[in-house]
Amino acid sequence: MSEPPLTFSGSPAILIERLIAVVGEDHCLSRPEELFTYGCDGLTLDAHRPSVVVLPKSSQEVAAAVAICRELGCPFVPRGAGTGLSGGATPLFGAVVICCSRMGEILEIDAENRIAVVQPGVVNAHLSRAVADLGLFYAPDPSSQQACTIGGNVAENSGGPHTLKYGTTTNHVLAVEMVLPDASTVRLGSPTGFSPGYDLVGAVVGSEGTLGIVTEITVRLMAIPEAVETILAIFDDVPSACRLVGGIIRSGMVPAALEVVDQRTIRAVEASVYAAGLPTEAGAVLIIELDGAACEMEGQLARIRALAENEGVRDLRIAENAEERTLFWRARKGAFGAMGRLAPDLYVHDAVVPRASLPEVLEEICAIGDRYSLKLSNVFHAGDGNLHPNISFDRRDPDELARVLAAGREMLELCVRVGGVLTGEHGVGTEKRDYMGMLFSPDDLDAMRRLRDAFNPDGLCNPGKLIPTTRACMESNPKARGYDEVPLE
Amino acid sequence: MSETSPLFDLDPSLLDDSLDCVHCGLCLSACPTYRITGRENSSPRGRIYLIRGAAEGKIELGGVVAEELGLCLGCRACESECPSGVEYGAMLEKGRAAIADAGLRKGWAYRLEGFALRRIVAFPRRLHAAFSLLGLAQRLGMDRVAGLLLPFVDYARGLLPRVPRAAARRRLPAFTPAQGERRGRVALLEGCVMAELFGDVNRATVRVLARNGYDVVVPEGQGCCGALHAHAGDLSTSRRLATKNVEAFALPGGEPVDAVVSNSAGCGAALGETDQWLPGRGEELARQARDVCEWLDEVGLRAPSGSLAARVCYDDPCHLVHAQGISSAPRRLLSAIPGLELVAHADAESCCGAAGTYNLLQREMSQRVLEPKLDALAAADPDWIATGNPGCMLQIEAGVRARGMAARVVHPVELLDRAYAGSAPGES
Repeated sequence: MSEPPLTFSGSPAILIERLIAVVGEDHCLSRPEELFTYGCDGLTLDAHRPSVVVLPKSSQEVAAAVAICRELGCPFVPRGAGTGLSGGATPLFGAVVICCSRMGEILEIDAENRIAVVQPGVVNAHLSRAVADLGLFYAPDPSSQQACTIGGNVAENSGGPHTLKYGTTTNHVLAVEMVLPDASTVRLGSPTGFSPGYDLVGAVVGSEGTLGIVTEITVRLMAIPEAVETILAIFDDVPSACRLVGGIIRSGMVPAALEVVDQRTIRAVEASVYAAGLPTEAGAVLIIELDGAACEMEGQLARIRALAENEGVRDLRIAENAEERTLFWRARKGAFGAMGRLAPDLYVHDAVVPRASLPEVLEEICAIGDRYSLKLSNVFHAGDGNLHPNISFDRRDPDELARVLAAGREMLELCVRVGGVLTGEHGVGTEKRDYMGMLFSPDDLDAMRRLRDAFNPDGLCNPGKLIPTTRACMESNPKARGYDEVPLE
Repeated sequence: MSETSPLFDLDPSLLDDSLDCVHCGLCLSACPTYRITGRENSSPRGRIYLIRGAAEGKIELGGVVAEELGLCLGCRACESECPSGVEYGAMLEKGRAAIADAGLRKGWAYRLEGFALRRIVAFPRRLHAAFSLLGLAQRLGMDRVAGLLLPFVDYARGLLPRVPRAAARRRLPAFTPAQGERRGRVALLEGCVMAELFGDVNRATVRVLARNGYDVVVPEGQGCCGALHAHAGDLSTSRRLATKNVEAFALPGGEPVDAVVSNSAGCGAALGETDQWLPGRGEELARQARDVCEWLDEVGLRAPSGSLAARVCYDDPCHLVHAQGISSAPRRLLSAIPGLELVAHADAESCCGAAGTYNLLQREMSQRVLEPKLDALAAADPDWIATGNPGCMLQIEAGVRARGMAARVVHPVELLDRAYAGSAPGES
């Protein structure tokens, strides 16, 4: 981290007392062990103890908590379920964690306009469940959807397997209410989906909590397609599966999802509660999901079959019913966690490359893993070119940890070199903040900084994320002084 | 590597267990206490992180860690969601044991619980005497008087049904012969709460098993399974009790049995995990343990021809669905009863808040966990609520009564028993 060590000068006791007055004693956590569990999100390597954790119930309570932080000069960081993988919710500088997990109400479902209004703590999968009877669903479906919150999805612009056809979170957020870092509450965007002037909702989605705290979200709902077919294309190796992805995209078809799962991942999942009968002997499986009008399915299936045979597919298995389809997807989405069977820690990488370069990039990534003697597995959104090389390791082995980090950096450099980007859906956070220079010039980064400063001039809202902070710019922003990074380990 | 020096004696396997968690968070929304509080430290992932932190010497074992392990229901819904296969239930028991051993399980309620479990529940005769005394107190109205004086007694009174008369609390016959064509021989675990408060369920279980062609033996010398002790962190008593049961169920009556059947999900889960408490010695009992519904489904239920026209909600006991992975067997059995309509209700797989002694020790959270269950059941509006664990039966029955709902709580085998009773004798 490049931040100079600075110390929060205020009195923690006063901070706690005033926050309790807002959220109540039960929802204000300040004992060291309680704070310990909020030290990190899904990125456990970098943990920092917050000063206080508050769990507000309403927009008003969020605004009041932000006002106190601002008045006392204490940084603050929004958090949802803490399933993020780039450290977006990690409290640097002894920040106050403003956790929206109790703001879990679906405020409105409007089937005619196909929108829903939700609080930020609504669990992603719960929204789709709530609107299923109306024949609707919420499209962005990150693998953590059974736990992650829509507020967190907005912060990270989360994707998921069905991003290929339906787009990421930004394509589904029509309007937000947010508390700005100056504690005022604003509404951006419009439920109609049309909003003249600057696309401020577009700026907020994916801003990783550095522009303010979203307290209400109006999302688009989609109609559940008439027909869905889920196909497992079973291959001997990952590059062949990737070549079929290229073939399908070239053909002009737009499947709902194209997901590659490699052998190591299949075996880990099949040993878990998410076992779905995936072939453990296969080198790779490409999950192809088609959806749309029932009359289109047969023709598309035939085309897929022909393309797959061209790439030397070993077998094609079609899900027989909705239950089996659900099993396949649960297996795919349980894949990250299943890697816990291989080693105590998991580094989930996230990068995007042009689809056409997938087979070569995958081979090179595996070579990097081998060169560093790491246990690497690949499960990824192949249709989007969004890679997730997963490295299983044990952080208690300092040598292995160093190799994990060095390999990760090389993989990212490779992806950028072939025309890709640093992250597809997990965000930059603390994890990739210092790699932003690989992709952006100092001028680019300065433009981002100026956008952030327009919303967050004091730098109190989620400091130390997304944009690399140099000593020089800390010095040019004296207001940002006064906090200390409090490492936990 | 962070060199660690824990400030207390922790089972060294606890740190290893905690490393199975990669912090993915898929367990979060399955956890009843997380759903209610929204707090990371009240979630499975948070509790594992606390255990790891304590094991690595980064945080104290008392205070928050003890509170959060106390607040956990032990429902193990997180295990059903965990792709990494974390054995959370076992970690919880070891963590609680470490806390108890360090003298950090504080408060009169815990002391009372420890006394009751170690000195009464562990001894079938003493437990029988205690229930006799309670029954007498109920008949004399003394419990009501005590309830007026002590709010805790008043609360506990609401959870307990009237203790049945002595006749219903008699020991089961040591041997009941199979009816119709004989298919084999099973041993039955009587249980402690089951035997004292739900003797009718035990008797129905024997009849249903016999009706399905099994000789039923009830071995002498069996006792409490030790699950409650383990949940309370008293693993040494659990091992002692498990040892007795291993002896009692090895060749009961001098002959092998096809299965050791239990009708209580909590006891069945404990029997099935005897190998973890008693590596080696406990393996045979663990292998033979079956829940009654699991067993009947496995061997093929003799379909009852008597009908039972009723709407039934089946509610999954956590220690059946999450600890043993059994959810479709009981539903299949109930669906086999002619006339019975199985009605689905929301979140049947989430905890009712009974959780062993939890509803006595964590009253407020227990009630908050129960509320959504009652809402779902009220919306489904069944005639019967079937569930296969005595703690759940008591908790849901108390909740249903408090709300004035008409539904009554039964064990699934009671419905099977009724259906068989409606069949012509000898027919099955």
